[in-house]
Amino acid sequence: MKKLSQLFLAFFRIGLLGFGGGPSMIPLVHQEAVKRYTWIEDDDFSDLLAIGNTLPGPIATKMAGIIGYRVAGIMGCLVAVLAVTVPLIVTMIIVLEAFNRFSEERWVQGMSQGIVPVVMVMMAQLTWDFFQKSQVSLGLIGTLVIGAAAGGLIYGLGVHPGLVIGAVLLTALLRPEPTPIEASQGVIK
Amino acid sequence: MIYWHVFIAFFIPNIIGYGGGPAIIPLVENEVVGRFGWMTSQEFAETLALGNALPSPIATKMAGYIGHEVAGIPGAIIATFATVAPSLILMLVALGTLYRYRHSIKVKSMSQWARPIIMVLMGYLTWSFLAEGVAGAGLMHTSIIGGVSAVLLMATRIHPAIVVCVGLSYGALLLG
Repeated sequence: MKKLSQLFLAFFRIGLLGFGGGPSMIPLVHQEAVKRYTWIEDDDFSDLLAIGNTLPGPIATKMAGIIGYRVAGIMGCLVAVLAVTVPLIVTMIIVLEAFNRFSEERWVQGMSQGIVPVVMVMMAQLTWDFFQKSQVSLGLIGTLVIGAAAGGLIYGLGVHPGLVIGAVLLTALLRPEPTPIEASQGVIK
Repeated sequence: MIYWHVFIAFFIPNIIGYGGGPAIIPLVENEVVGRFGWMTSQEFAETLALGNALPSPIATKMAGYIGHEVAGIPGAIIATFATVAPSLILMLVALGTLYRYRHSIKVKSMSQWARPIIMVLMGYLTWSFLAEGVAGAGLMHTSIIGGVSAVLLMATRIHPAIVVCVGLSYGALLLG
């Protein structure tokens, strides 16, 4: 029981303090799980993070779930995931419902319009961030070729992005094991 | 049926979206705005703005709110479950196998090859927010708000939540 309440507190704190989406919350998870409560070793944490990154989906909830599971089994997993997600989901629903209640007011409509360019800039930042990361691992040409091909399929031919990404993931997984030379190039970061 | 759609709309983005929560945003937009038409682009932008202004993971906040809008509390639970559970369960069940392959080139190249595609989706979403801004607030206001928030977000350490408030205040005062 004590472990469960500690898990709840730790991931509740992480949820409240972590701005900027899951990836930027990882240092907070490290702070709580490795430093404060010493639930797992530093090396273990790095391994779990590496494994989490080999899977799709949000990273913060994967880390919460796996650490919760390590500490207190299935219940621990549930408590950690709920603690990091539910409080802010509820906040989000309450704030936006209140906002929508006044959606007929002119000034609220102005707020709705005023926020769009801000979100546009945030999305541009994310695009740039993904471009840079991709350039490091695939190079400029590789990034542009995959990007252009995907863009053509998705926006030119109307293929569902899920199919395009799914096909690329399968190709990556099923291709022959890279030769040592390719492998060494693949590791360059 | 609606619950199944809610599940699918969040399951698909989260089973293919490599790069954490932010990577999932354009994929979710594709489902909820493009495919199912549950929200307009502007409503999605509002949701995303608040999501960025609040702490905790972005993917689950978006899922919980949109699920709730579409199908009430069960919708919120289903959408959040579809966001969190698939990859978490995979991680719990296959931890040993994944551990062995965590440095495998093939496994690494999965997330590396998916990244440019996510980038294109994000770029397209940026573009559609721009079009949305010009259609709603007009070119001049969009340029001013966009320019100011770009400077604040990129050149200063001002918190994104404050930048969101700047956009909201500008809109309330000058666009209302």
